[in-house]
Amino acid sequence: MVPFAYAAAPDQADAIARAAQARGAQFIAGGTDMLQLLQERVTAPSELIDINGLPLAGVDVAQNGVRIGALTRLADVADDEHIRQQYPVVVQALLASASPQVRNMATMGGNLLQRTRCLYFRDVAAPCNKREPGSGCPAQDGVNRMNALLGGSPHCIATYPGDLAVALMAVDAEVEVAGTAGPRRIPIEHFHVVPGATPQIETVLQPGDLITALLLPASAFARRSHYLKVRDRASFEWALASAAVALDTDGSTIRQARVAVGGVATKPWRLSQVEQALAGQPLRADVLRTAAERAGDGAQPRPGNAFKVELMKHTVARALLTVGGQA
Amino acid sequence: MTSTVSERESAIAAPQQDFDTTLIVNGTAHRVRVDARTTLLDALRDRLELTGTKKGCALGQCGACTVLLDGRRVNACLTLAVMQQGKPITTIEGLANGDKLHPLQDAFIEHDGFQCGYCTPGQIMSGLGLIREGRTRSDDEIREHMNGNICRCGAYPNIVAAIKQAAGRRA
Repeated sequence: MVPFAYAAAPDQADAIARAAQARGAQFIAGGTDMLQLLQERVTAPSELIDINGLPLAGVDVAQNGVRIGALTRLADVADDEHIRQQYPVVVQALLASASPQVRNMATMGGNLLQRTRCLYFRDVAAPCNKREPGSGCPAQDGVNRMNALLGGSPHCIATYPGDLAVALMAVDAEVEVAGTAGPRRIPIEHFHVVPGATPQIETVLQPGDLITALLLPASAFARRSHYLKVRDRASFEWALASAAVALDTDGSTIRQARVAVGGVATKPWRLSQVEQALAGQPLRADVLRTAAERAGDGAQPRPGNAFKVELMKHTVARALLTVGGQA
Repeated sequence: MTSTVSERESAIAAPQQDFDTTLIVNGTAHRVRVDARTTLLDALRDRLELTGTKKGCALGQCGACTVLLDGRRVNACLTLAVMQQGKPITTIEGLANGDKLHPLQDAFIEHDGFQCGYCTPGQIMSGLGLIREGRTRSDDEIREHMNGNICRCGAYPNIVAAIKQAAGRRA
């Protein structure tokens, strides 16, 4: 690893001030992605600010929803009975993530910030516009089986690999952030950004910003939600395609739906066209399958990942059939 | 407090690159000087000469480095020694009581749960963590929740059997 300095932040204000002032400083919490990036020299912070001592862990249930502290370990959220009952898609996504050892250390806030697994990004011998702006994107015409169908640009087609953020899209979650300009709440679907011409920018966070909590509103549809992850191996593997779905039903009619996909886009991707095709429709298997066919709209496949267009449609269909009780 | 966050200087002590740390391993406190970059795994193996914990990948993908941190299983390769000072750490060396093996170690022998033995300390520490987590209610659950430990020799069915036995005996 490139040498770095280390300090533990005594409180939140100090952590934010240090990160805002010190160029090259990064926060470390669970460290499960950070250590990999450091080992492979993908990232080279000048200093690590350890935020584990901040009082930002815990699941707080209130009338209008749940507040999950950013430092809550993934394993603890996955074990939480209230989350399991009220937001099953979130627990399912967490249990489909990584391994128990990683889940015991990784944090909710850190998980949102995990970096892509694009092999060119993670290999410092290869050019990569995300890692070194302007150096090129070999994935466009290279080995791109795991790269994105949606949200890409000529500069970058790196897939966002996480599960939690996709599940959070299905329950209208918000990210609570503290920073030099004070606290603010960011809807999860606006938290990550597409690469465009600046793939090195992955979120709307500014220097010094610290994720403090995830806010999950009480909702009519979060209880009836499901996460399906399709991958090359049965477990401990990244998604080829995943779907987070939630349905708000009135008897046998779908009032509204939430449909988001992972493993196929440069950021957690909401499928508005599928949601629109479900709203107001009868809850029937053929309706769900027809709506899922819209998942491929706008996809820009490469030769290596073209198989994922059909796979994504079927994954969305299967998830909808399961949550709709039609499987 | 009248100063805004952007105006105050951080009170964080000047970040360091070298540290005198105290690592508490298997009940014993060890004073050791480490670089900020020293992983917990490297501190255990190279500095404390506790080589039972293995380095298989250094990227958190194989589980050979699994130890218990505050009783919970973690990958020692994915955290820094300086971040874990003062916390109780249990390694494979800490399981047996003299010549008396831990019931999970006994079960691994009874069920032939290893061949080359390289993944085995990690498998046992992970299995212990699993039993404490209570996710041993079926073979499928054991398999799924041991997904962080891989075995090139393919001893998986016997590993599952060993964990099942130890879990049943409330080890």
